Amino acid sequence: MTDGSPRLAVIGAGPAGLAASLAAAARGIHVTLIDAAAAAGGQFHRRPASGLGARRPSALHHRWSTWERLEQGLAAHLEAGTVEHLPDHHVWTVERTGPAPGARPGFTVHALLGPLQERSVAVRADAVLLATGGYEKVLPFPGWTLPGVVTAGGAQAMLKGGLVVPGRRAVVAGSGPLLLPVATALAAAGVEVAALVESLDPRRLPRAAGALASAPGKAAEGARYAARLLRHRVPFLPRHTVIEARGEGRLEAVTVAALGPDGRVRPGTERRIPCEALAVGHGMIPHTDLAEALGCRVDGVNVSVDDEQRTDVPGVWAAGETTGIGGAELALAEGHIAGRSAAARLHGTAPDPAAGAARVRTRARRFAAALDTVYRPPLHWADQVTDDTVVCRCEEVTAGRVREAVTDLGAGDLRTVKLLTRAGMGWCQGRICEPAVAGLTGCEQTPVQRMLARPVPLGELARAGADDEGHDGGNDHAPGRPAGAPHRRTHDPDRQPTQSHSAMSHPTEREEPS
Amino acid sequence: MNPLDLVRAEPGRPFTVTLDGRAIDVLPGRTVAAALWAEGVTSWRSTRGTGRPRGVFCGIGVCFDCLVTVNDRPNQRACLVPLAPGDAIRTQEGTGHDD
Ligand SMILES: Cc1cc2nc3c(=O)[nH]c(=O)nc-3n(C[C@H](O)[C@H](O)[C@H](O)COP(=O)(O)OP(=O)(O)OC[C@H]3O[C@@H](n4cnc5c(N)ncnc54)[C@H](O)[C@@H]3O)c2cc1C
Ligand code: FES
Repeated sequence: MTDGSPRLAVIGAGPAGLAASLAAAARGIHVTLIDAAAAAGGQFHRRPASGLGARRPSALHHRWSTWERLEQGLAAHLEAGTVEHLPDHHVWTVERTGPAPGARPGFTVHALLGPLQERSVAVRADAVLLATGGYEKVLPFPGWTLPGVVTAGGAQAMLKGGLVVPGRRAVVAGSGPLLLPVATALAAAGVEVAALVESLDPRRLPRAAGALASAPGKAAEGARYAARLLRHRVPFLPRHTVIEARGEGRLEAVTVAALGPDGRVRPGTERRIPCEALAVGHGMIPHTDLAEALGCRVDGVNVSVDDEQRTDVPGVWAAGETTGIGGAELALAEGHIAGRSAAARLHGTAPDPAAGAARVRTRARRFAAALDTVYRPPLHWADQVTDDTVVCRCEEVTAGRVREAVTDLGAGDLRTVKLLTRAGMGWCQGRICEPAVAGLTGCEQTPVQRMLARPVPLGELARAGADDEGHDGGNDHAPGRPAGAPHRRTHDPDRQPTQSHSAMSHPTEREEPS
Repeated sequence: MNPLDLVRAEPGRPFTVTLDGRAIDVLPGRTVAAALWAEGVTSWRSTRGTGRPRGVFCGIGVCFDCLVTVNDRPNQRACLVPLAPGDAIRTQEGTGHDD
């Protein structure tokens, strides 16, 4: 029924990807919605695993009615066959596939299946919409690798998805709008939140007041969080920062200190707070690897888009936090605009204006920009990072070695620092340590070409492009078997996973499509 | 209050898996990381270089700090892999391979 319809692959089923899928599918496009997670929703709408039988999942969520609308819309399109959802599909690259005999020009999305990620499938589409969101930035401090120190979003994700908490007593720290919901959610779930430590200086608020007030809904949301903090008696420490985490084998306490007007720690203000967990974050970073693999322009760390959310590569759209951090409401609006534009363009027409969504987008972007001026990590955070602090968690590279690369070996950019120290060469491909290495060395944080969004088993890399389990529109899954959950339990000792660094650093060794 | 009560969870029947041979009960739907946190276990790997303990950091599959061996397969991300009855979880040293 949808056979003749143009095909759009939407990567990411968070607010942006869902809104985009619904908008495009409603306009005669066949959408393949691909996501690494087992269920749709993304970070904001992450819900408890179904086996946990949550009767009141909304207790951990804001804007539950938005989720219900998205969920119903998705269900209707799944039923009608206009959207196909491929959960548990980890996309490792997207390539432009030129016109081949008998094939339409377009794109091939390569995804590894299931949590084991050993088998790759290819999904072909006429256009691609990137809605991959972002991940949390954490700047290092002594002790940040101790078990019990987790990202603020990670604590939230474990709570929302697994209904578990990292300890009985926690400190929430860092900077950014995510800390408030995390602190209130942990407190509601029974964790004693010993402090919410924010480097934010409330004296900067008045300057941003205009833009902040332009989003009255947001201000009200902020006030609700604040009220909840009060109710749970969470002490709020603005203009403070965590300078150290301590413990034998796991976190036992953090040391916090006040920040002076110059952004430096005020000597003598240090105090120790015993805790089992520290949920820490300093903002978010967009996922841009798929866009980079496609050759899309990236401005700073954001995928660059026009008013219709088009990237500069024809046939590739981007929406949500991959184009800039701005929260779920902005992601929804951008997704909607992108989905409408993709539908119109694939039908060979121009999109009619989405005035409402465009207004929300303008307002939400202004709000996000204002938040950016308020929430900032301490200016001199690097002063606290002792030479023996591990900066690259994967390769265990210390701050001392990173500094030496610049002072003794003359490195002048991130790439050289990386080659000299191995910082950023491990499993996470530098996603976690990049902002820290940039800050410690004074090098600019530029998009690093991570050609593969996921470490890929070498065998799959060799097969990809030749003919993985190729199929048009990704619908080769045996009927009745949930996509992405195939034979996960079968253990095949002959197929050792071969994920290795070499697979990540030599993407060019891959066979070209024949 | 605890997280299960907060959302009025009525989980399915727990099943048994092992952590280094020790039996632990797991609620259905939980990942390796969630099951271990529920047991109060926060680290299950030691690093290749200095042998330091690690567990969950990012919680969403980005950082690879939570690597663990499940059913003899090393380097699985504990925060992503859901458990099934009878699964054998092993703490992991270094690369997880016998080298
Ligand atoms: C861990 C975490 C927790 C957060 N919790 C909250 C919160 O509680 N409250 C709040 O207001 N904001 C929270 N945020 C902020 C949140 O990112 C935004 O509010 C919102 O979810 C952004 O929507 P999005 O659609 O742009 O991206 P997301 O919601 O992040 O969705 C992106 C989706 O893309 C998928 N994806 C990414 N890369 C790939 C790939 N290569 N292959 C396949 N799929 C891929 C991901 O699985 C994800 O489902 C959190 C952020 C993070 C990182
Ligand atoms: S905790 Fe980061 S990948 Fe699992």
